[in-house]
Amino acid sequence: MIRTHVLVCGGTGCTSSGSVAIREALVKEIAAKGIADEVKVVGTGCFGLCALGPIMIVYPDGTFYSMVKIEDVPEIVEEHLLKGRVVERLEYYDAKTEALIKEGKQVGLKDTNFYSKQKRVVLRNCGLINPEVIEEYIARDGYKALGKVLTEMTPETVVDTMLKSGLRGRGGAGFPTGRKWMFAAQQPAGKKYVCCNADEGDPGAFMDRSVLEGDPHAVLEAMAIAGYAIGSDQGYIYVRAEYPIAIHRLEIAIKQAREYGFLGKNIFGTDFNFDIQLRLGAGAFVCGEETALMTSIEGKRGEPRPRPPFPAVKGLFGRPTILNNVETLANVAQIILNGPEWFTAMGTEKSPGTKVFALGGKIVNTGLVEVPMGTTLREVVEEIGGGIPNGKKFKAAQTGGPSGGCLPASLIDTPIDFDSLIAAGSMMGSGGLIVMDETTCMVDIARFFLDFTVDESCGKCTPCRIGTRRLLEILDKIIAGEGTLEDIDKLEELCTFIKSASLCALGQTAPNPVLSTLRFFRDEYIAHVVDKKCPAGVCKNLMRYHINPDLCKGCSACSRVCPVGAISGEIKSPFTIDTTKCIKCGACMEKCRFNAIEKI
Amino acid sequence: MKTLAELAALRDKARNQVAMREGKAKTKIVVGMGTQGIDAGARDVLLAFAKELDKDNLFETAVVTQNAALAIDGKLPVVEVYEDGKKTATYVNMTADKAVKVVNDHIKGGKVVADYTL
Ligand SMILES: Cc1cc2nc3c(=O)[nH]c(=O)nc-3n(C[C@H](O)[C@H](O)[C@H](O)COP(=O)(O)O)c2cc1C
Repeated sequence: MIRTHVLVCGGTGCTSSGSVAIREALVKEIAAKGIADEVKVVGTGCFGLCALGPIMIVYPDGTFYSMVKIEDVPEIVEEHLLKGRVVERLEYYDAKTEALIKEGKQVGLKDTNFYSKQKRVVLRNCGLINPEVIEEYIARDGYKALGKVLTEMTPETVVDTMLKSGLRGRGGAGFPTGRKWMFAAQQPAGKKYVCCNADEGDPGAFMDRSVLEGDPHAVLEAMAIAGYAIGSDQGYIYVRAEYPIAIHRLEIAIKQAREYGFLGKNIFGTDFNFDIQLRLGAGAFVCGEETALMTSIEGKRGEPRPRPPFPAVKGLFGRPTILNNVETLANVAQIILNGPEWFTAMGTEKSPGTKVFALGGKIVNTGLVEVPMGTTLREVVEEIGGGIPNGKKFKAAQTGGPSGGCLPASLIDTPIDFDSLIAAGSMMGSGGLIVMDETTCMVDIARFFLDFTVDESCGKCTPCRIGTRRLLEILDKIIAGEGTLEDIDKLEELCTFIKSASLCALGQTAPNPVLSTLRFFRDEYIAHVVDKKCPAGVCKNLMRYHINPDLCKGCSACSRVCPVGAISGEIKSPFTIDTTKCIKCGACMEKCRFNAIEKI
Repeated sequence: MKTLAELAALRDKARNQVAMREGKAKTKIVVGMGTQGIDAGARDVLLAFAKELDKDNLFETAVVTQNAALAIDGKLPVVEVYEDGKKTATYVNMTADKAVKVVNDHIKGGKVVADYTL
């Protein structure tokens, strides 16, 4: 006779801030208070607001607690669970809920700005069910799509449904999923494979991890449906070893699905057999590329190969194979159950459905958000994301990670979908969305991503292996204040070569961060090479710290915090910085209470 | 697992594990708790509601929750019933037995138990 559920996030983010210990303390305290048979504690996947973890939600009211500490547990149990008095100091506040709380209303998760604008299809079960209990997935209509497909639909109608839905791959390229399945289905019968790409190498993206951690059965069910559609009996999930929680939940899920007969032989009493195995990746970015991924599953060094032949014709072990991203797959069962028209009613004409973004950088609400395609960047940043902290101004948003580009403030009303992003010189990528404010240097950002690709280039083809390294060297030169205008031309020329000559999309897209910052922030590059200035004050060689004598009160706080003893002066008269000693760490500027220290 | 019907039966059985979290129940029973309410027996009332809803598998229809601030002097425990967000009854001087009748007549039958209201 359970009257209350307390959900505690068990995603990677909240786990690293101690949610497991909190969950255990909660169970103990509830038992101590004698209410263990009325209150159930549930570990779930990610709720999305990762920066505010550990997160706890109390149902039926949906009271939303953030940044819960283990010391808060007795108060939550005594006051809230026993007496019904919400612990207001732990409630999540935003502009919207604050007003409601002031009126004395009970505020739930769904009332927040962060959630009310979202549309959760892929994340529908994340943070709602216990991913380690298959019955909770079944209670949310889990495996019904698989049952329907096997007992009521032909493989052709499944492919047809996917084609009609217009679902496009969420792994980066946006290729229509139905077409991919159709090509593989058309290959002569025989051994075929279904692969799930859970490599998620884009730094800053973690939607795939969250789906695997919060709703692993959704991926298993979709893979079985795909297997039926193309005539395959074997699936592989390629997941990076750095995702231990995801791997653990997948292992549990696969075991439970086998026990119920959702995987294995004669599924739903038909002659369809399908099983899934995990393959762990070592975390190389290139192994997320489909041909490299399959090579890696085969037990060889993860390097890409030229296409064609495409995987649908000749893939894993030389057999017809489809390969889909985790988020792509998480849409499949919902499309089967609700129909393709339901899906195309969301999003835009050419990009139907929703997209999950990993919001990060200079933004109030960092975390995962799922919105209909076509939602503008402004809505995501200002409304859901809660804007830029510390009163700073929005400068740009980086999408698509190391393969993508940036959208400047002038394009903040761009609808986010596959084609609009390409038109704006960026790309969707896997859905990383990094927000930048005025204190971000765009040359430095381009360098950051290039540094990543140089590291991750597998070395098989020359343009990528050597070309990206040369790009990085030129960027380093510019950042050091030694660049020339010719260097900017050279950058552009080299970018064009690398794009056209690289073997796989890693090299083909590696120049994008450079090209897109050059396109929208060329003046910053020019400031670096001509004026020898970094307008954002980031590049250390191009700026120095200076104490404004009119503002300095001579308090000596700066000189005491300086780690290299570069600041000196007499108490009550202006201090000075010895620029030959200064290492530009910025500690003095942070310490000064009079805003007397400036970067010039 | 051989048929869709078998799956549907399993689903129905499992529904009460998650239904509460979906916020779909149209009826909300709020029991006034707090220290005073608890002294007056509010916990028995709360548990009686929870047990009764559970017994009749009403988890898709109604939830029971608590509010420390809900109290009326000399008439504890107090219970409010909301349907679609609107208050439809305030019950006073509640007991576990009265809770059973409220579930049967009001929650299931749709008729406010006038004898118990304010
Ligand atoms: C360097 C590189 C890394 C990639 N990493 C990933 C990845 O981590 N996850 C992913 O799903 N797709 C990744 N892709 C895209 C895959 O090659 C492939 O297009 C995708 O998995 C297909 O699935 P989808 O059609 O469902 O999007 C990467 C591509 C390249 C070139």
